[in-house]
Amino acid sequence: VAVAASQSTLEPASDAARTIADLWWLLFAVSAVVFAVVLALVVLAVLRRRSRGAGTGRPLVLVGGVAVPAVVLVALFALTVATLPGVSAPTGETALTIEVKGRQWFWEVRYPGRGVVTANEIHLPLGTPVELRVRTGDVVHSFWVPRLNRKIDMIPGRVNSIELETDREGVYRGQCAEFCGLQHANMAFEIVAEPPARFERWLAVQAEPAREAEGFALFEEYGCGGCHTIRGTSADGVAGPDLTHVASRRTLAAGTLENTRGDLAAWVLDPQEHKPGNKMPAIEIPPDDFRELLAYLESLE
Amino acid sequence: MSATVELEREWTGPGGLREALTTVDHKVIGVRYLVTAGIFFLAGGLEALALRTQLAVPRNELLQPEAFNQLFSMHGITMIFLFATPMLSGFGNYLVPLMIGARDMAFPRLNAFGYWVFLASGLFLYSSLLFGLAPNDGWFNYVPLSQAEFTPERNIDFYALGLLFLAISTTVGAVNFIVTIFALRAPGMSIARLPLFCWAILATSFSVVFALPALSVANLLLELERKWGWHFYGGRGGEPLLWQHLFWIFGHPDVYIIFLPAVGIVSTIVPVFCRRPMVGYLWVAAATVATAILGFGVWVHHMFAVGLPQVSMTFFAAASFVIAIPSAVQVFAWISTALTGRAVLATPFLFVLGFLLVFVIGGLTGVMFAVVPFDQQVTDSYFVVAHFHYVLFGGAVFPILAGVYFWLPKLAGRMPLEPLGQVSFWLVFAGFNLTFFPMHVSGLLGMPRRVYTYPGDLGWDVPNLLSTAGAFTLALGILAVVVNVLLTVRGGRPAGGDPWGGNTLEWTTSSPPPHYNFARLPVVHSADPAWDAATEEGPSLSEGHKTLRTSVLDAEREDVLEMPPGSAWPALLAVALFVLFAGLLVDVTAFWVAGSALSTGALLGWHVERARFDA
Repeated sequence: VAVAASQSTLEPASDAARTIADLWWLLFAVSAVVFAVVLALVVLAVLRRRSRGAGTGRPLVLVGGVAVPAVVLVALFALTVATLPGVSAPTGETALTIEVKGRQWFWEVRYPGRGVVTANEIHLPLGTPVELRVRTGDVVHSFWVPRLNRKIDMIPGRVNSIELETDREGVYRGQCAEFCGLQHANMAFEIVAEPPARFERWLAVQAEPAREAEGFALFEEYGCGGCHTIRGTSADGVAGPDLTHVASRRTLAAGTLENTRGDLAAWVLDPQEHKPGNKMPAIEIPPDDFRELLAYLESLE
Repeated sequence: MSATVELEREWTGPGGLREALTTVDHKVIGVRYLVTAGIFFLAGGLEALALRTQLAVPRNELLQPEAFNQLFSMHGITMIFLFATPMLSGFGNYLVPLMIGARDMAFPRLNAFGYWVFLASGLFLYSSLLFGLAPNDGWFNYVPLSQAEFTPERNIDFYALGLLFLAISTTVGAVNFIVTIFALRAPGMSIARLPLFCWAILATSFSVVFALPALSVANLLLELERKWGWHFYGGRGGEPLLWQHLFWIFGHPDVYIIFLPAVGIVSTIVPVFCRRPMVGYLWVAAATVATAILGFGVWVHHMFAVGLPQVSMTFFAAASFVIAIPSAVQVFAWISTALTGRAVLATPFLFVLGFLLVFVIGGLTGVMFAVVPFDQQVTDSYFVVAHFHYVLFGGAVFPILAGVYFWLPKLAGRMPLEPLGQVSFWLVFAGFNLTFFPMHVSGLLGMPRRVYTYPGDLGWDVPNLLSTAGAFTLALGILAVVVNVLLTVRGGRPAGGDPWGGNTLEWTTSSPPPHYNFARLPVVHSADPAWDAATEEGPSLSEGHKTLRTSVLDAEREDVLEMPPGSAWPALLAVALFVLFAGLLVDVTAFWVAGSALSTGALLGWHVERARFDA
């Protein structure tokens, strides 16, 4: 799947995002007309520069300041009421529910009932309404994939909900939209929308546990398991993202780096260099051990 | 002895340092507010330049995230709390007594106190930079990020205590404006003849009195939670949305607290440079009051993405549409005045015209935010950054700069350089639009606000580079204004009492005005007293420090008031409060107990002095 490097509200890929983009173009058109009228009147006032004496000027205040705005604003209010449900939480049952938890500074993703936990990458089946239930593990975050829908905040003690549905295959970038501390800027994620069959295959792979293969001992020795879970092994930390299938993901550290061998090595070697203030410490690892550990991580597909 | 000689003798202070520390002259205090707030504006502007430099190109490594977060937080806090509101208080302080034909504010010592507290709390907040512990969670400081668990250092204590401290200044200032405008107007200046700038200050002051307690309560609860582990926003039974509600119940009216006095400046300047009375004076006054009231009913539109029920959002959307109407009334009243008058394109009026175009764009994008789905899409993106700079820089800074050029001749007695003034306007106008217009685009392209870095492949690089170029152009324009002001003060051409042909009373006295403002207090018969041949010279009241008290609605003469002489207690009380707040900040009991004792002592001293003066 080609990376569509866009987070633009103006390239909608779902009905909800299209509704909002259409609203924008309408609002833009109305605003352009109003601004043009004001500009014309101001230019007229400046160019004329002579007193007309007779006019009180009050009719213009009544028409421009009250009558016309009242009509336009009532129409916009009606439009607001009409479009609001389409971008809100789903009203009935949906075929699929995904839970996303915002954490400083990554996204924990779960597919309830399917035994899948992953991070920073959400897969969706095309043409299927999905309920996204969002919450936070710490501070306020905001879940935002502009090409699929409006944003929804993650508030402590609450579960918010939004519907995502697209029939356009692709990768959609999203990002935290509510300031959440040092690494708010590097808290991105991707949504991969794919045909249902491929989605089911992906889900099945993600549900499988990993093995304690060669190199896993180093993972425990250097304390990685204190913060990270690898399902099927003794590593069961919860402070950081689940790494069971980390090698299958497209990015590292919530969209900070590409998931290549070089970037993975650079990240593990010194996480603070690439994402200063994030909660993963740099650990001194001798080169031989490092190569083995890296090979193990790369095996987690 | 002539009345003028006697007034000079009565109203001239002791001079030197003693006068500097004890003066209660509203003009001196007003200028201090203007200069201090102006310096904070330059500081906030430098912070903005640092932010814009960091964001000029993708993945820039000039600023570390912690520095960036402190800088954007301080930029917002500075511009909202230490520049915009105090700057407009400065105009109010200087102008309200002159415009209503009084000799001082109703409570001159309280007025001095308000300034000293503003200065002290501003220094308190800025001292955080010296320790590298400036507030770092943004100007709206959401919990739980701002709670001890996530921000354990004192950054947020600087914020919460600093704003509590500053609130004292803003509150006493507002109360003083309300009483002054209600009680000290010249005989004949009925409420329907009140200058529109004073209407704006009056409406704003009521907004302050009702809105600011919400912010102070929010900060008080936050400090109790941070220092003593109480639970208002977090923990068992705590509710993080309580902070957001309290903050925005203050925060949205605060937009109008900044905006209304600024458009009051516009409504003052427009008639003068169009050579005719304001069209729809009563409509504009009513729109001012309506905006202040409606401003309390729209706060939830800052929270449309938190997951509220659709019914609640619909209500607040409706209110947010309605509040556009009073602004539209004012815009068309100004345009109508210009159309039926004869426009004179001097610098102050250029800034007003610039304001008009920029503010209309900000108002239009403001209406867009009432369309809930669109709000939910672009809130917390650069689109909202663009919007509120069009409203606040466009709606407040342009009028403030217009006001600086308009009243500088009154304050300094000298005329600013007109060519340099025009150059400064075009630099500011071009720089402003180049900075903030592209932010609409970066926001629509999905760029969130408050990010210290961004990837280069999302189309955000070009608009960001343009914004940065604009910021430096804008800075040049501001520099030109500062240079113009300094040159004017040092040696501009003498202005005379009324260089612009103004319609309000400040133009009927000399420039700068004498300590007592008017040798003979005016008696007025219309809304444009300086244009009205019927305006009379009333009593001189030259014995002691006297001014007239008149009735609230009709301004009929009721009493002669004795105004207090200078006093050291306002400054001393402010210093004592500084000790108290510093003690709370460092959390040393002996320290803040000493501050409380000193504050109580200063209050007693003030009271005793007052008793002696009343006797």
